[in-house]
Amino acid sequence: MQLVVLSGKGGTGKTSVVASFSVLMEDKILADCDVDAPNLHLILKPEVQYKEEFKGSKKAVIITEKCISCGKCKEYCRFGAIFFENNKYQVDEVLCEGCGVCAYICPADAINLEESISGYLFVSNTRYGKLAHAKLNVGEENSGKLVEKVRRKAKELGENIIIDGPPGIGCPVIASLSGVDKVLIVTEPTFSGLHDLKRVLKLAQHFKLETFVCINKYDINPEVAKEIEEYCKAMKIKVIGKIPYDEKVTEAMVNGKAIVEYDGEAKASKEIRKIFSSLTF
Amino acid sequence: MIISVASGKGGVGKTTVAVNLALSIDNVQFLDCDVEEPNAHIFLKPEIVNSFPVLMPIPKINEKLCNYCGECARHCQFNALIVLPGAVLVFKELCKGCGLCKLVCPSNAITEEQRELGIIEEGKVDGIEFIHGRLNISEPFASPIIKVMKERINRNKNVILDVPPGASCPVITAVYGSDYCIMVTEPTPFGLHDLKIMHAIVEELGIEHGVIINRYGIGNKDVEEFCKSKGIPILMKIPMDRKIAELYSKGIPFTKALPEWKDKFREVFDAISGT
Repeated sequence: MQLVVLSGKGGTGKTSVVASFSVLMEDKILADCDVDAPNLHLILKPEVQYKEEFKGSKKAVIITEKCISCGKCKEYCRFGAIFFENNKYQVDEVLCEGCGVCAYICPADAINLEESISGYLFVSNTRYGKLAHAKLNVGEENSGKLVEKVRRKAKELGENIIIDGPPGIGCPVIASLSGVDKVLIVTEPTFSGLHDLKRVLKLAQHFKLETFVCINKYDINPEVAKEIEEYCKAMKIKVIGKIPYDEKVTEAMVNGKAIVEYDGEAKASKEIRKIFSSLTF
Repeated sequence: MIISVASGKGGVGKTTVAVNLALSIDNVQFLDCDVEEPNAHIFLKPEIVNSFPVLMPIPKINEKLCNYCGECARHCQFNALIVLPGAVLVFKELCKGCGLCKLVCPSNAITEEQRELGIIEEGKVDGIEFIHGRLNISEPFASPIIKVMKERINRNKNVILDVPPGASCPVITAVYGSDYCIMVTEPTPFGLHDLKIMHAIVEELGIEHGVIINRYGIGNKDVEEFCKSKGIPILMKIPMDRKIAELYSKGIPFTKALPEWKDKFREVFDAISGT
């Protein structure tokens, strides 16, 4: 069984929910697939047991001594990644996609594609079981590929996996949800939350995944919360919980704890336990 | 000047800051670069006057000319092609449109066709030139759309870029080339952690930067201490205020209901533009 927690819009409370699930569920593997800006480790305080280099992208490198300044690389690059400055052709590493067109077209064999370490994959022990997670280096690309690696690692470790997903609907999100059994979307009762929920729901539908919704901080705007419920009803998607705004959630985070472990009697904790049980693992 | 508004962590108030800043100064061009989940239009409500698709060239195989030699697949860095005996499979979602397969094909069996990744819409509101993009559902790559949007930047304007969350390709594509980056954060451990990531990016790209702390009053003082230790200016603190949260939830920019904040945003702009 694999469950992914998504949101579309960032900052709606995915990680706080996943951290609580990690306390509530026994015999599971956790996977933090928000490799751009992972946060789950701040609560789970992992002890790294295994570390692997991730080589996700290649970049073109021009060997200036060999370059005959014909300019073909610049002409053929579709990403505008080659520029002529200080009397030599150079690669803009930010714009380079590592496609290799320049290396292929270069008549002087002066361009190589070089692999760089774009991040690390980790497996760690935490007080609530094993965690597969990763760290993308600053400014690196291919977070989708790294997400796939995290998920493959998690699968080697166990059957039941809870995935903390990234925000958005693009490549790392697609890599996080493909092939899962259940999707839980954490949204918030704001126009932005609803707008983004609709897009991530369409994505989940595109992949024909069983999907549930919970509304975090629903009492910030009960009217929009109601609108979300009506929208989900029309889409035949179950809203399995409405978590009240609770200052204790931030308090728990500051103390490095999941809310259900920090204060089991908090109103948010009660609702999260309800959501967890209706996901029926 | 070009000002990017970024955060690393999602949901800390990027769009709130970008939109309210845009409403507080003159001569603005606004680009919502969060093409996966664009939200700025909810607050600015621009009248859309122009819309066009963003296209990417992908290979089209002429089966009559193809001899299934496999050169295209061997050269493709993105594993977007697989050649089987008698068939070539193109995985269009993996293709980045570089055109290498076409170049390497010894039989001239590859031409290109255009594939839609998303759309860009342009509009106007209150004197603000507005541009945003929308990635089509199930498309993985946001960056090509952001690049096309940024080609439309008017340097004579005060350009505000609303950057997507995260720290990978779309974020870099969006902040790249901006003159100043406002990093929005919240005073919590998650906010601080992701601020550090964003800070490393702007340092690496050599972009001048400052911080706005949103929901000031929750959490702890670690964000302020981090900024102090790194010498990062704190441009503004927006308090945790139920009224501001409620306005946000209804899609109302809070400077519209609390106009005294316009002066504060103008001061931030003056400070970073050096006027």
